[in-house]
Amino acid sequence: MGLTGLDIFKLTPRKNCKECGFPTCMAFAMKVASGAVEIEKCPYISDEAKAKLSEATAPPMKTIKIGAGDNEKALGGETVLFRHEKTFVNRPLFAVQFDDQMADDELARKADNIKKVDYERIGEQMHAELVAVKYTGNKDRYLEIVKQLKDLNKTFVLVCDDAAVAADAVALVKETKPVLVGANADNLEDMVKLAKDNGIVLGLSAAGIEDLYALTEKAQGLDYKELVLNTTGENIAKTFEKTIEVRRTALEGKDRTFGYPSIVFVNELAKGDAYMQTALAATFILKYGSIIVLEDIEYANALPLFALRQNIYTDPQKPMRVEPKVYEFANPDAESPVLLTVDFALTYFVVSGEIERAKVPAYLAVPDAGGLSVLTSWAAGKLGASVIRDMIKNSGLEEKLTRKRLVLPGKVAVLKGDVEEELPGWEIIVGPEEAMQIPKFLRELD
Amino acid sequence: MAYTKVAKKYSGKINEVTLGTGDKAITIGGRNVLPLHHFDGEVGNPPKVGLEITDIVPEDWNDALKDLYSDVIGDAAKWAKYVEDNYAPDFICLHFVGASPDGANKSVEECVEVAKQVADAITTPLVVAGSKNDEKDGELFAAVAEALQGKNILILAAKEENYKTVGAAGALAYQQKVAAESSVDINLAKQLNILMTQLGVKEEDIVMHLGSAAAGYGFEYLSSTMDRVILAALGQNDTTLQMPIITPVAFDTWGVKEAVASETDEPEWGNAEERGIHLEVATAAACLVSGADAVIVRHPKSLQTVKNFIEGLLQ
Repeated sequence: MGLTGLDIFKLTPRKNCKECGFPTCMAFAMKVASGAVEIEKCPYISDEAKAKLSEATAPPMKTIKIGAGDNEKALGGETVLFRHEKTFVNRPLFAVQFDDQMADDELARKADNIKKVDYERIGEQMHAELVAVKYTGNKDRYLEIVKQLKDLNKTFVLVCDDAAVAADAVALVKETKPVLVGANADNLEDMVKLAKDNGIVLGLSAAGIEDLYALTEKAQGLDYKELVLNTTGENIAKTFEKTIEVRRTALEGKDRTFGYPSIVFVNELAKGDAYMQTALAATFILKYGSIIVLEDIEYANALPLFALRQNIYTDPQKPMRVEPKVYEFANPDAESPVLLTVDFALTYFVVSGEIERAKVPAYLAVPDAGGLSVLTSWAAGKLGASVIRDMIKNSGLEEKLTRKRLVLPGKVAVLKGDVEEELPGWEIIVGPEEAMQIPKFLRELD
Repeated sequence: MAYTKVAKKYSGKINEVTLGTGDKAITIGGRNVLPLHHFDGEVGNPPKVGLEITDIVPEDWNDALKDLYSDVIGDAAKWAKYVEDNYAPDFICLHFVGASPDGANKSVEECVEVAKQVADAITTPLVVAGSKNDEKDGELFAAVAEALQGKNILILAAKEENYKTVGAAGALAYQQKVAAESSVDINLAKQLNILMTQLGVKEEDIVMHLGSAAAGYGFEYLSSTMDRVILAALGQNDTTLQMPIITPVAFDTWGVKEAVASETDEPEWGNAEERGIHLEVATAAACLVSGADAVIVRHPKSLQTVKNFIEGLLQ
């Protein structure tokens, strides 16, 4: 990236010593440019040249690690602005914010919500990964709250622009590798020192985009690059602009000054409107938020936001799969029918959505079909009579059911005869071709 | 080094399409920048938000919503007027769930009668959506387009299976606007737009419906399809993809588990209406930043939130 073979050739000693294993320095340089060989293979390359090269080949956006132990998460490291161009890599994290004005009951309620919202969705554990604690002037209370919230075992985002208070707060939780969001043009040197001394990530805040740029350059000038940029602006429009511009400048403008993850305080922008907060959080899941700060978390806002994040951060080349097993709908009993589909997440969602809509008790058997759609998996030999038989035999359904009915997807009606042979005692029914016909089909079954 | 903005100039532009007549007519599209990127250039008409109503009492709707509309829910014309007076959506979407042969199977004549009553009751632009049965919808849309000639409605939508009937009757014979519906695939979207224009439908009479999905239910396919369509429309000036986009968010979000599951089934999850609204606004916002020029929502609170959201982004 950046440097051509010719550029690299100029960094070599140009004496064709062959010690690198290549006949000429030029041949070696071309290989390095294509990424096939490491520059270190040349024993005569200068440190200066190495540094220049690693600078030129470094990714445009830094990957920043926060949190300790099991809580460690990576932020940033993105290479594209649109997920179809490659993939997004490090999903944004959610923080719930507390502050030093909060009364105990409010604090307890929010902490409780954080504990409550912790569930699995398609193989991923969903919960707010971070707690943000904002300093507004009451130092004792601030430190007390930080101490109290340690029990939640989350990574802290300390939002505090008073370096002395921040130092005390950091001292309380430094082993959890928190983020300190509080550096601005007035306190930069103290804050950088504090972050450096404690080895933690520092968040930078500035009003306009030019100010933020200048501040980031200054922080880099102090030789600190473990940074997060606060892209929250004075209103929604400015925040949207700032967050997009920062990412775009890094990835398209190849300007690493903005090559850092962002933090967006959507709680401040929403001004107490919970629905608005959800709309904004959704916006910054798509458009380049790395840490998204919420006022509160409940299932109502968590369910759509975590689900959206899971979708958007799926690698386009690796379709999402659901766990192969028997899913239950509307408390099925020993008489309920068993429907069959595949483990390709999109197919599963459409089918399960329709069964849900039908409000008819049913089982949905999902075998391991390679994460492909019904027709594709059938064509690839991953959804055949024997796969279906093994799935049903291992599921425990035979013992559970007094009436054994298996509904095949209409698209693989051709499997009916084979499945009947493999599953004696079962009534094999051909279901509809399209998922949308499932409710009517289920209601009319018997 | 000073900050240099990465300038984003596109050669293409999204078409403008006008719906409705008179003072309340709305226009969508018209931008030459990515969605809501007001800082890059001409952001065009602000996206529009419509509210969904149905031709028959929608049995599967959330109870709280049915209660909210209890005085008017049995009469689509009254319902439309109520919505217009109380919530002032940019447009109203009359969803003919009752036309479905898998459901109430109302005749085309009955549906046309409802459409006429609704159109006469309101001055807000009207979008009519079908039953998901291509054959029935083809007949229904042709008849509704004729009956509402002069109202400049949007027909949602023509698909590959019925575009000839819907396109010919809707746009050619009765000068309505037609949405071209494809299933989350840029090539299918392009192909249908081309087929429609070959039929004689003017580009400025076409809106795209690229498919829809609730957040969490394959939404990444929809979002990436929108990204690709818009980058082709703007960046490559592909005139076969420059139609504005409408996304009926309501049709999907209120049907998935997060919105449907009762509090008895999922006691931890809390109130189902609340969940539905959050899911609806999250999905609508995600659609708008991905590129939708109009979205359809079901809950009046979603309508209000999404309107404020758009205003906030463009302030």
